[in-house]
Amino acid sequence: MPGPPSDLPQGTLDLLILRVASLGPIHGYAIAQRIQQASRDALRVQQGSLYPALHRLENRGLLAAEWKESETGREAKFYRLTAKGRRELQKETENWQRLSEAVGLILRLVPEEPL
Amino acid sequence: MNWWQRFWKRRELEDRLDRELRFHFDCQVAENLRAGMSEAEARRDARLRFGTIDQAKEQCREARGTLWIESTLQDLRYTARTLRKTPAFTLAAIATLALGIGANTAIFQLLDVVRLRSLPVPEPHRLARIQIRHGNAGWGVSHYPDNLTYALFEQIRDRQQGFSGVFAWEMRSQRIGEGAVARRAEVLLASGEFFTELRVSPAAGRLFHAADDLPGCAAPVAVLSHSFWQSEFAGQPSAIGSRLIVQDKPLEIIGVTAESFSGPEVGRRFDIALPMCSHAALHHGDQAPYRRRDYFWLEVMGRLAPGWTLARASEYLQSISQTLMEATLPTGYSRSSLDRYLQFRLEAVPGRSGVSRLREHYDTSLWLLLGITSLVLLIACANLANLMLARAGARQREFAIRTAMGAGRARLIRQSLCESLLLAAFGACLGLWIAATLSRAAVRFLITENDTLHLELALDWRVLAFTAAVSAATCILLGLAPALRSSRIEPAAAIKSGGRGLTSARDRLGYQRLLVVVQVAVSLVLVTGAVLFVGSFRHLITLDAGFRQDGILTAAFDLGRVGLARDAIRPSLRQLLDEVRATPQLQSAASTTNFLIGGGMWTLGIRAGAIHNSARFTWVSPGYFSLLDTPLLSGRDFNETDAEFSPRVAVVNQSFVQRFFPGAGPIGKTFRTVAEPNYPEAEYQIVGVIKDTRYFDLRDPPTAMAYGAAAQTPSVGPYSLMYVRSSAPLAAVESAVRRRVNAWRPGIGMEFHVFRRQIADGLVRERLLAALSGFFGVLAALLAAIGLYGVLAYSTVRRRDEIGIRMALGATRGQIVGMVMKEAALLVTLGLMIGLACALALARVAASLLFGVSPRDPVSFGAAAMLLAAAAVLGSFLPARRASRLDPVAALRAE
Repeated sequence: MPGPPSDLPQGTLDLLILRVASLGPIHGYAIAQRIQQASRDALRVQQGSLYPALHRLENRGLLAAEWKESETGREAKFYRLTAKGRRELQKETENWQRLSEAVGLILRLVPEEPL
Repeated sequence: MNWWQRFWKRRELEDRLDRELRFHFDCQVAENLRAGMSEAEARRDARLRFGTIDQAKEQCREARGTLWIESTLQDLRYTARTLRKTPAFTLAAIATLALGIGANTAIFQLLDVVRLRSLPVPEPHRLARIQIRHGNAGWGVSHYPDNLTYALFEQIRDRQQGFSGVFAWEMRSQRIGEGAVARRAEVLLASGEFFTELRVSPAAGRLFHAADDLPGCAAPVAVLSHSFWQSEFAGQPSAIGSRLIVQDKPLEIIGVTAESFSGPEVGRRFDIALPMCSHAALHHGDQAPYRRRDYFWLEVMGRLAPGWTLARASEYLQSISQTLMEATLPTGYSRSSLDRYLQFRLEAVPGRSGVSRLREHYDTSLWLLLGITSLVLLIACANLANLMLARAGARQREFAIRTAMGAGRARLIRQSLCESLLLAAFGACLGLWIAATLSRAAVRFLITENDTLHLELALDWRVLAFTAAVSAATCILLGLAPALRSSRIEPAAAIKSGGRGLTSARDRLGYQRLLVVVQVAVSLVLVTGAVLFVGSFRHLITLDAGFRQDGILTAAFDLGRVGLARDAIRPSLRQLLDEVRATPQLQSAASTTNFLIGGGMWTLGIRAGAIHNSARFTWVSPGYFSLLDTPLLSGRDFNETDAEFSPRVAVVNQSFVQRFFPGAGPIGKTFRTVAEPNYPEAEYQIVGVIKDTRYFDLRDPPTAMAYGAAAQTPSVGPYSLMYVRSSAPLAAVESAVRRRVNAWRPGIGMEFHVFRRQIADGLVRERLLAALSGFFGVLAALLAAIGLYGVLAYSTVRRRDEIGIRMALGATRGQIVGMVMKEAALLVTLGLMIGLACALALARVAASLLFGVSPRDPVSFGAAAMLLAAAAVLGSFLPARRASRLDPVAALRAE
């Protein structure tokens, strides 16, 4: 593992949740696991802040929730992306890519010859 | 789920949140166990990874967006608890507010019905009333100056543009049924286009239309109102097709109007609607209303055609007015009268809310009463605000501590407003209930013997919105001052000063003093109003109208059904008067062509030498003036020698003499009347002069009046009006006259009224204003006195130490009383001065409703100020005396 896991930048948790939920209905614990695994343990989700984010997204109508049986046989709350959520995900993904490209351009800046 | 559902389901949501987080936690523990941790270790690790569970939960709750409701509920519950702890204050506050809000709502409800509500028909805003601009000023024979003649209506109907159709109607009272069960019903005589243009639909059967309203109508039909159908026919469908007797004529009932439609006039419900052509059939073939071009008796309205605005339609009407007037020129009038007729111009005005005599009569008074009740509410609010300030003072430490602990200013303001919100809400609920009772009582107050009033006093959205607005204003008035104060507290200072000090209360008392000044000022306005209105009412009822009002009955006889030949009418009327005079218990009886005060007006043009003018003209029998105790100043009364064909004689009043014979002895002089239909030009010789009397309205100054002898009346019909005077009980006199006339010739219609009551009925508006403004004026003075008392009592308690020291240093009781009273005098004087300025400005608005009192009457203003000052002295003397009885030793030891 390359170095200790880092905390998420402000505002990216929502994007990650939407992305994970876009793959199919999933419950909160699994979302946390998926983010950690998919980032190869580079990102650590503060589990306590995951749920307020989920509820906020649900109330904004980006996620829909349903109680059903989980793989362990217990009832769990599964979140699924709504059509509105899908649009939001696409928009936010593009935003993020533009931003990271822009940041990357600046970071790759080579020192110029003095005039 | 929207936030509202989220709020209501918050317990369920809470439970689900719990289960969701627990699931997460258990999964983590299970995974940790799988990874080989011990049970305790697995749990500890799971907890660490999760962070603070309660904080996560709270953040989830915040995500719901309903936290503000919950904390508001908390505030409300807390406030309700505090209010319950002081039941006396709470009850007093709620009762005061309920009365204030209730009175406001009641008056507004009346305003709403008589002024704001639209007719219950589709697109009422497209309706317009058509009338003569500025009225016809009494030209010809008119019910109301804004009525139109039948000829004009026909012309407008046929020649206008801008309306999809015009219609006309008249409301009148007619006899229905036969024999013993005969009674009067409100009949709407309407042109054929009436229901079509108003777009009223039938509840049963069909409504009449243009084809049913053809001149002559061989088989007149009738349409019932929904309420009449319910009360008379129990809503039976079999009513359609059955017969209804109106004025002894059987009419076929063809339909019932929709339940929502109660008629085109506010305050007057119709029972039966008949096509306009039925008048002739119901009144022995009488064609006069259709043919006479000087009978102004119709209300005319139209519905704007698509694409036309009211302004354009009105302009068009004005442009064709000249043509219409020329086409409808009446006959039998002098040239100058006809010139005035040709000057009439038509106009269209908004007809959205129908026609209302009530509105014209009560409009200003109702707005004025609304102003009065809102001022009373304002004073009541000021009083309560004072009390609440005092209570807020007691909670100052609590607020200071909470501010110190970081409570937000908004939250503190909100909590303070909670109290006034609760009080205002309770007050509003109770107020709505009070309003329903009050407005019904007010309507009963307005109903008189001759004037039934049907107002639908339902609570519509406008009334509810008004009450809500008043309550919100009340809430803010009450709560904002204490709220702002308590949120501005400097915690350190407040906690340190703790209880009392010599100067700690300066700031709050400043605000309370301001409230007292406002209260005194507003109260002075109200008390002045009360004095003015009570004064004008007293003037009206004690006014010397120039005639007697007690022990007199007015009697109307209808001989139409007796079937008299044309030349038998005059002798029959003479015999009728003799029969009535011969009734036992009766002192005297006299006939007239016009009852005084509210009985209508009859005006004739008069020429006396070079002077051309007009005068009221009435024909009366001998004994008329002595019956009414109207003094004969010179000359003689009519007598039996003034017969039909002897020279015409007249008795005139002082104003007549001044107008036509200034500076000369009028007895023996002659004047000529100007010709009118049925009233040919004639010469009259003056034989007597009477003192001036009032004529149509007690409020109007006396005008020129002339009387002719009854035997010389130019035009007679089979009806007679009489005054009957007796010292016996009038009910007994009435039945004696009825028996006597019935025995003489059965079938004569008779109607009696007590003269004094009829005159009083004309003063309902003044009585209402005097009663209500008097009541509210006294209430205002009382509230102001209580407010002053409260503030002074509070301030003397705060100044206990100071007073104690002063007394210890040798101040006498008198000096202490003087000190407190001086403080009160300052506030009251300031309040009175401001109030006087406001009252002077406002009295001008009420000037049109005053009688015999100038809106700047110094006596009234002085009396109001004195009254209020007296109340203030009372309110300040009690606390002053209490302060002077202070035991200085006890006061200082308490420090």
